[in-house]
Amino acid sequence: MTLADLPTGQTGTIASLAGDPEIRTRIQSLGLRIGRDVAVIRRSRFGGPIQVRIGTTDLLIRPQQAAQVILA
Amino acid sequence: MKRVALLGMPNTGKSTFFNRLTGASAKVGNWPGITVDLLSANVLLGSGMVEIVDLPGIYNLHGFAEDERVARTFLEENPVDLLLVVTNATQLDRQLALALQLQELGQPMLLILNMIDEARRLGIKIDEQALVDDLGVPVVSVSAKHGFGMDNAQSAIIEALGKAHPARKAQLEKVFHEDDALASRLEQVFHDAVQVPLTATDRLTDRIDRVLLHPWLGLPLFFLAMLLMFEAVYTLGAPLQDGVAWVLEAIKTDAVEPAISGWNPVLQSFILDGVFDGIGTVLSFLPIIILFFLFIAIVEDSGYMSRAAFLMDAFMSRLGLDGRAFVMQLMGFGCNVPALMGTRVMRSRGLRLLTMMIIPFSLCSARLQVFVFFTTAIFSAWAAPLVLFSLYLASFLAAFLTALIYRKRLPNAEPLLLELPPYRFPTIKQMWLRGWREVAHFVREATGFILLGVILVWALTHSPFDVPPASPDTLAGQLASLFAPVFAPLGIDHLMTIALLFGFVAKEVVLGAMAVIYGAGDTDLAGIVSGRTDWVQAYSFMLFVLIYTPCLSTVAVLKQESKSWRFTGLAVGWPLLLAWMVSFTFYQGARWLGF
Repeated sequence: MTLADLPTGQTGTIASLAGDPEIRTRIQSLGLRIGRDVAVIRRSRFGGPIQVRIGTTDLLIRPQQAAQVILA
Repeated sequence: MKRVALLGMPNTGKSTFFNRLTGASAKVGNWPGITVDLLSANVLLGSGMVEIVDLPGIYNLHGFAEDERVARTFLEENPVDLLLVVTNATQLDRQLALALQLQELGQPMLLILNMIDEARRLGIKIDEQALVDDLGVPVVSVSAKHGFGMDNAQSAIIEALGKAHPARKAQLEKVFHEDDALASRLEQVFHDAVQVPLTATDRLTDRIDRVLLHPWLGLPLFFLAMLLMFEAVYTLGAPLQDGVAWVLEAIKTDAVEPAISGWNPVLQSFILDGVFDGIGTVLSFLPIIILFFLFIAIVEDSGYMSRAAFLMDAFMSRLGLDGRAFVMQLMGFGCNVPALMGTRVMRSRGLRLLTMMIIPFSLCSARLQVFVFFTTAIFSAWAAPLVLFSLYLASFLAAFLTALIYRKRLPNAEPLLLELPPYRFPTIKQMWLRGWREVAHFVREATGFILLGVILVWALTHSPFDVPPASPDTLAGQLASLFAPVFAPLGIDHLMTIALLFGFVAKEVVLGAMAVIYGAGDTDLAGIVSGRTDWVQAYSFMLFVLIYTPCLSTVAVLKQESKSWRFTGLAVGWPLLLAWMVSFTFYQGARWLGF
């Protein structure tokens, strides 16, 4: 399962990151590192960004990039 | 002089810390290998002057974003005595990563834990001594926003600089592949020094977001907020602009005119209608720029900008833009100039340039004056508001069409990954400093260009000097006749073409120019215009005015912000072409339909 499929309100653990190094570096620097828990707080309508929470950081991530965050 | 580089991730309050440390003395400087503006300031710390340089916010020293390249280049090209790393104390779980990376450079470092007040409120416990032990660098807790701990930060900087190290440049290649090792070190340091309670989120922010990001209420509230902001800028800005205009007029008639009354009439006209009006054009923008930046500061620093991105991104991403571009586009409806300057918040150059392409289509308050005049002069009372509404619609359509056409050529390389910070209210001082700095920047960068443009239009409309200004016999009139084959198919006669030439300087002067051209007073201009043009011609003219270059100040800022003449040329040329095509299609279509 990926972060894009995680239902709103649920938490998952990051297993790996897919995609090219450029985007992977950015995703990691924002705290989405392997082994960390991530929760989906809410989704915007019409397929817009997802609000996720890692530790004390809240982030907006588009579904395309969320699909590159593989959950355990 | 010793040099200190200020580094940190975005949203750490790094700029606020910089402002606290340096006061308002900061200025934009040039650095080897770097094309973007960096703020720096010389401050007295201890017994000597120290140069503090504010580098752009970066997430990762090895990242691929433009800001990250800039920070790398700076560290490689310029000797630095101390790295001052600012972190957000509530997010050390990821912010320490940058500190660890920078530490690998082997330069002296001082770690600042900013927003310590927020961390305490959330119940986050930070063991400073454990951090010092683990990292081997001094650590200071501060709240730059409220000024707590700044004395400690200053003495720590003085102490760190006192330990004799020759300043040196960083060598970055050798640390490039060590990020994975850093990740485990980060976990260790964080584990040793920081305790975060299980629910360390800002409850108030969660509650506000439940309303502001509500699936159904979110968008209407967003538009309401924008409308209110707009009203506020307009209500406060219009009298201020009038005040500036009044003062300028008083200086012109009471001081400048008497002083040069004996001079050659050509020289008099040059000084009054050329130079003085050029300076007036620059000055008349200042109140609105300050006001807009006060409000931009609120929207950005409060954290609402990211919320707007959440709400509008689904739509804007289809145009190759993101939700923040929409906010700037809306700001453009007040005035394009500060909206263009506001795009600096975007880190990806492609995204930023594409946003700068669409902002000039926003129907600003200066164009609104022209449209209100024409719609009331030509259309009936019931049709006028509809006509005005259709122009707003055309403004959006032109912007979206442009984004669709240019999104491939100005690609947005960066994925939308935005932080959603807790709601914060910026202090009055922060907002004022921002507005003041932007105004100073605009005056410095744009004055020469605007002055040159105004003088050029003055020369065109006043020479030869023995004919009435802006009449068909002037250079401008001859130019208009030359372009008659271009504008005739749009239903725009050559007198109105001269008005368009004036409109290139500023839309505020279009009506005044028409009064001069038609030899009419302000009161009977409406009668003359409605007698000379039918509604199809008037609407075609308005479409052209809406789409072509908004004003010289906009062009100056396009250049100032993009630092590229090629882009500036495109951002002026394309709207001209589009304006012609739209007016042509409308005018010929309407005539063909028998109107």
